[in-house]
Amino acid sequence: MTLPAGVERHAFGSETALATRGDQVSDESTDGAWRRWDLYRSKLAAMLDAGMETGLVGGETVLYLGAAAGTTVSHVADFAGPTYAVEFAARPARDLLEVAASRPNIFPLLKDARKPETYAHVVEPVDVLVQDVATRGQARVARTNRQFLDEGGRLLLAVKARSEDVTRPPAEVFEESLAELRADYEVLSTERLEPFHEDHLAVVATPE
Amino acid sequence: MDDPEGWFAGLDSGDAAAGAERIRAGEASTPAAWPRMAVESGFAADTDEYYESLHEATLAATRAAVAEREGADDRQLVHAVRAMDDCRRQANELAERLAEWAGSRDPDAGTGIAYARELASRDPEDPVGREVVGLAADAVALEDRADRLGAFLERAAPEVAPNLSAMAGPVLAARLVSLAGGLESLAKKPSGTVQVLGAEDALFAHLQGDAPSPKHGAIFAHEYVRNTRPSERGSAARALAGKLSIAARVDHYSGDRRPELAAQLEERIERIRARDSG
Repeated sequence: MTLPAGVERHAFGSETALATRGDQVSDESTDGAWRRWDLYRSKLAAMLDAGMETGLVGGETVLYLGAAAGTTVSHVADFAGPTYAVEFAARPARDLLEVAASRPNIFPLLKDARKPETYAHVVEPVDVLVQDVATRGQARVARTNRQFLDEGGRLLLAVKARSEDVTRPPAEVFEESLAELRADYEVLSTERLEPFHEDHLAVVATPE
Repeated sequence: MDDPEGWFAGLDSGDAAAGAERIRAGEASTPAAWPRMAVESGFAADTDEYYESLHEATLAATRAAVAEREGADDRQLVHAVRAMDDCRRQANELAERLAEWAGSRDPDAGTGIAYARELASRDPEDPVGREVVGLAADAVALEDRADRLGAFLERAAPEVAPNLSAMAGPVLAARLVSLAGGLESLAKKPSGTVQVLGAEDALFAHLQGDAPSPKHGAIFAHEYVRNTRPSERGSAARALAGKLSIAARVDHYSGDRRPELAAQLEERIERIRARDSG
């Protein structure tokens, strides 16, 4: 497996964990400039840890949908280039603002990922689309945001089964999401994210 | 067709406020190579300078948008739900007064807000009638104001407390926040307290030892409690209060959506209702 430049396995005390270099965010554990990237708090970290071929090399342009409080976004911005961070809810966006204030390559946007026209006048075409939105219709969100992905770019998607339908078995929900995704994307690999994220399927895909 | 325009089109790169406004309100049908276009159009000297302007403008835009959305905060819900209750109560009081007054002049006079509405639409025939009709119009206006406040709560409560509103309904969610004195206080209350919020009189009577403990307060308005048969209502109220207090905590501390809470509750209520009543 290849980690993008700027991401390393780093020793924190007796443990080795994924880490990126940058300003500390809240009370996370650090070692010098290295910030521990918690697999339980970040689906993207869990994907990298699982050895998925994300295509990330470092320095790329990123559109991140579902930025939440900016935990993962801050690590992405540590190793990537311009990072557009879209979040819909005001409360977590307040924390995202703090993370973005000290990182000149994060551009926070309080927008609805289901309405790309409301941020297409700001976001440029990107190399990587990261999506982690807890809403129904996650595959549809990935499809409507495909216009932002450069040819040969990567979609790194975490599908949360419970956001689609809490009553159905996750495997069924994932199949359905993948089927819809395939209308616009070629799915390169998938991986369940247990034990770090329950009932989540990670997907790496490229625009068709 | 026009080419899509970036947020910076026609702006001066020093004008962060105008940039922020464009970022908030603008739209484009498709993305484009904005950094390159910004340099070509003279908005920025190079892409570094463009990204610097973009950073500043997105921070300002998002800060303003967050502040505005949170302006629909829990304090506003508290005021709105109390104002709604005040309006409704006074409208009903006036409607009662009207029924009495109008009844003294017309043996066929009706009662309630519906009758006040009917009265308000009449042409007064004498000076007393003018007063009666005028008072009826005031009662109706208060009732209409209460309806508008209710509609406002339907929009505002889900912004402030999405999970609580999804499970309790926006109006009951706002009422619970109001009874607790704010979303944070509600989030900090044990679910047994949430269960009897709004039943304080009955609770104190019970604590003084001469009444049974109340099984529900404001949450009685919820279909899960009201439409469960009386022998199981205590269980239903306890289950509902438990999930509502979790929802309030999620809303206050994380802001995540947790649709699974509603599903778990529904299942639990079904089981309670299916219990053998014998």
